[in-house]
Amino acid sequence: MAKLNLTLKIWRQPSPDNDGWIETRKANGIPTEASFLEMLDIVNQEILEEGADPIHFDHDCREGICGMCSLTINGVPHSKEEGVTTCQVHMRKFNDGDTIWIEPFRANAFPVMKDLIVDRTSFDNIIAAGGYIDVRTGSAPDANSVPIPKDQADWAFDAATCIGCGACVASCKNSSAMLFVSAKASHLNTLPQGQPEKDKRVLAMVRQMDEEGFGNCTNQYECEAACPKLISADNISKLNRDFALASAKEAVATV
Amino acid sequence: MSLNSNIPEGPVTEKWTNHKMNSKLINPANKRKYNIIVVGSGLAGASAAATLSELGYKIKCFCYQDSPRRAHSIAAQGGINAAKNYQNDGDSVQRLFYDTVKGGDFRSREANVHRLAEVSVNIIDQATAQGVPFAREYGGLLANRSFGGAQVSRTFYARGQTGQQLLLGAYQALEKEINNGGVEMFTRTEMVDLVVVDGHAKGIVVRDMRNGKIKSYAADTVILATGGYGNVFYLSTNAMGCNASAAVKAWKKGAYFANPCYTQIHPTCIPVSGDYQSKLTLMSESLRNDGRIWAPAKKEDAQAIREGKKTAADIPDEDRDYYLERKYPSFGNLAPRDISSRAAKEACDDGRGVSKTGLGVYLDFRDPIERLGEDAIRARYGNLFQMYEKIAGTNPYKEPMMIYPAVHYTMGGLWVDYNLQSNLTGLHVLGEANFSDHGANRLGASALMQGLADGYFVIPTTIANYLATQKPGSVTIDHPEFTEAEKAVSDSINKLMSIQGTKTVDHFHREMGLLTWDKCGMDRRKEGLEEAITKIKALREEFYNDVRIPGTAESINMELEKAMRVADFLEFAEMLYEDALDREESCGGHFRGEYQFTEDSPEVKSGKTQPGEALRDDDNFCYVSAWEYRGYNQTPALHKEVLEYENVKLAIRSYA
Amino acid sequence: MSSPLLSITKLWSSSIGKKIVVALTGIVLTLFLAGHLSGNLLMYVGEHAFNEYAYFLHHMLHGGGVWIARIVLLVCITLHIVATVQLTIQNRNSGTKYQVDGTQRSSLNSKLMIWSGLTIIAFIIYHILHFTARVGNEYNNPDLYKVIYDGKEYHNAYKMVIDGFSWFPATLFYVIAVTLLCSHLSHGVASIFQTLGLRSSKTDALINKGAKLYSIIIWVGFISIPISVMLKIIK
Repeated sequence: MAKLNLTLKIWRQPSPDNDGWIETRKANGIPTEASFLEMLDIVNQEILEEGADPIHFDHDCREGICGMCSLTINGVPHSKEEGVTTCQVHMRKFNDGDTIWIEPFRANAFPVMKDLIVDRTSFDNIIAAGGYIDVRTGSAPDANSVPIPKDQADWAFDAATCIGCGACVASCKNSSAMLFVSAKASHLNTLPQGQPEKDKRVLAMVRQMDEEGFGNCTNQYECEAACPKLISADNISKLNRDFALASAKEAVATV
Repeated sequence: MSLNSNIPEGPVTEKWTNHKMNSKLINPANKRKYNIIVVGSGLAGASAAATLSELGYKIKCFCYQDSPRRAHSIAAQGGINAAKNYQNDGDSVQRLFYDTVKGGDFRSREANVHRLAEVSVNIIDQATAQGVPFAREYGGLLANRSFGGAQVSRTFYARGQTGQQLLLGAYQALEKEINNGGVEMFTRTEMVDLVVVDGHAKGIVVRDMRNGKIKSYAADTVILATGGYGNVFYLSTNAMGCNASAAVKAWKKGAYFANPCYTQIHPTCIPVSGDYQSKLTLMSESLRNDGRIWAPAKKEDAQAIREGKKTAADIPDEDRDYYLERKYPSFGNLAPRDISSRAAKEACDDGRGVSKTGLGVYLDFRDPIERLGEDAIRARYGNLFQMYEKIAGTNPYKEPMMIYPAVHYTMGGLWVDYNLQSNLTGLHVLGEANFSDHGANRLGASALMQGLADGYFVIPTTIANYLATQKPGSVTIDHPEFTEAEKAVSDSINKLMSIQGTKTVDHFHREMGLLTWDKCGMDRRKEGLEEAITKIKALREEFYNDVRIPGTAESINMELEKAMRVADFLEFAEMLYEDALDREESCGGHFRGEYQFTEDSPEVKSGKTQPGEALRDDDNFCYVSAWEYRGYNQTPALHKEVLEYENVKLAIRSYA
Repeated sequence: MSSPLLSITKLWSSSIGKKIVVALTGIVLTLFLAGHLSGNLLMYVGEHAFNEYAYFLHHMLHGGGVWIARIVLLVCITLHIVATVQLTIQNRNSGTKYQVDGTQRSSLNSKLMIWSGLTIIAFIIYHILHFTARVGNEYNNPDLYKVIYDGKEYHNAYKMVIDGFSWFPATLFYVIAVTLLCSHLSHGVASIFQTLGLRSSKTDALINKGAKLYSIIIWVGFISIPISVMLKIIK
């Protein structure tokens, strides 16, 4: 089993009120089969042996679906590897002697809580504002009563695979949340079930997004490159269109 | 205390209908006076919190993650069962009921299972209306696939991310209710104790993980939807944070814990590659629809593969042992999970394992790729293949995947009656955290079904039976029980922080996991279990003398969080071993090496089953084991709920 | 406030709304460039054609046409600038910055937008002072810049252009500004489609190439004139 010796440059910040700094640390004898977070586990065990405070980072499922892992590797959320979350990055992608910069997701709307842990409550607030179809439990018609064309269903699914990790925000130099918001809006706005609330949803979600302090999209598609689920910026285009129509309707139409 | 399961009268097909008719109702104006605490925001917790809020109750919902959308239900891949019979292949509520009881190796409660099968159809309707993008045919109608333990196609799916899509549906419903003001959500907040007032569960104590503050919340009833205890094995397919602490706290306050020994080992996981490994990754069982599982028939071939001298492609067909197809011709690669897992273990124990550690068999898509083409396989399993390639670093379109069983789901859980209420009055338990529906083994695609059935359809009806007996708001956090509970929590945290020993929390967790896997894993035996009980006591002792937690308790401290969970697991593990020791039979996820069919068994001679299959003992063990906590280092007390089968005939579970 | 007005206020205060304003004003400005260029290219046809064209511009709708155009352009430019500057300030304060640059996809042109834009506005001011207001030069002097075709008096705009570009620093600034304009357009024109929801991954390549082609045509067209003047192709 091959081993790597690495230099880590890690963001340390004891609490939201403290200033942070970059700590340099050697990580020696890292197995290439280990995942990136397992590499941090190994380093943390060493830190614990020394009696110091381990590097705090968010993680949970470790199989790329919960969206909890949130750090950047060399300035890119979830690393430069296409279509993976941090927990799916494996050390075989690195070379012996590499220096790796590890920082939290950076955005004012995602304040740092400790080390690499950030607060992404703003995303929940956006969903709460309108990222749902309002259907009371028990009132649903038979599932097959509304056929949905396969291409629509597939489009909706592709948008719905968003894991809400925030890589889109963290990769955007403007901290824009457009990919996240558009993915949910696009998922629901494409389906027949989502039509009744379409305009209301789009307006509410976009306004909440602005409220949370995210920046503005400048159509550079960094988000698309960083998204671990490869969500398309086509969704942003659709959101823009839906928002324009909804705003126009809000301004002049009664129904 | 006697266990009353409160199963309604009447034929099984009418019990749920009758029960709904006979359940108490609370008028809408009064509902909003009742406060309900929901711990956990996975499928069961989120769906319950959202639905109860829609009904008008005031909900407080808690989760340890940063958002309710992260709960581990999100990782379920394969699908959700429902007796819709959209395929016209002979499915019905009755058949789903029967398959589930049989799949559970005749150790589940008939009435609960029938109710589950009945509401399964409503779940699909509900989820579709919420916008869950289930797979569809070109005609626009819903698609199905087949899953282990069933001969009909009744599994609805959303590519390999069904759990994610269903959870997001429930999460969005929950967020909708948060927006409407019916639910107050507490994230990064971990329940650290249950508060019982005059014998009723009336609140919880929590630790705010952001700043370490200990707080209490009172309510008219408490719902736990906190998932399973798979992480007692250290390595499992559970998320890193999954824990049994809420259930253990409830157990210590008087709730019985049922059937902990029923643990499901999933046959298709990616094998362990090193001791730094933090978790295991599951490959959906749906892969077994097309993939063929095999190990080399000859030990020499297996050894050559392990040493890298041969590859799978070098083994000709006649030297491959497609052992599931050989042993279970009618179910083949779709044999239930426990059976498939044990068969893999047998092949590896026999020296025919193919991974470097010797613990791995092949899951091969060579034949289906030849038959259907690579594109068809990619359309069906693309994301799973991709996931495998990312982790294992090999291309499964070219080389077969390697798989090995891993702990995945736990059928045991807090004991509940038909209303999903614990013997501890006022405590309700949903989803994987309870024990009721899967018996000794859960079928694939049934976990999502059960979590959502409990949350969307069962608890909203049954909870009124308890609440109607309670005056709303009768208990507040000013009650001395809350003060005492908070103090006990602070004391235990201070105790952990003050040990300042030499070993890390992970060290103890790993030791416990190895012990549990070794002695209480796929093949359990009396001596091993007795040894494990002795060892776990010693390990617990060592933990309380030698664990080291850095930092302070008043800030984010992941070592403290882990230590608190491991401390609970260390007590829980002993009960698990006790249960496994008590149950002197083999059934479903509990396989006792001493109890298996042999060459001499009459059933083997008559061809009903095969040597090595689980030998159930219906005469002596057809009961639910419900364990009562009796104090630190005390052996828990066993209570039995006898299982009565009125509709299904107990039989050897044969998939031959 | 009336309901439509309230909605417009909300639109302006939202991030997407402001971008829609940028896109719509961008369309006007982009189309204006095409018109401006086709007029300028009359320089190659000759003095007579160019001066008649200039005369037409100043006298259509009895001289009102040029003012309508000027006002529309002024409003568009103002909205375009105010919106983009506000958006940029918000973006600069949004908090994303790393120790190492992890840019993966952003084009250089897209990163330069605010700088190319600000340079262009500086140029536009200079350009208007130079050729429209004719400050600090003799272009309004009828003795020097008057021609008569068929007995009718015309301003000799043709000569004005040649004289204007005969001073090297003016030509240099012009070339730099038009180059940045080209850069601005190549991201801006493509962005119009995305912001208005008219782009998809199916049309992405086409839109990007179209935007590049358009900006190159604008660049070549505009730059060719001072260069031709310098090289005495136009004289």
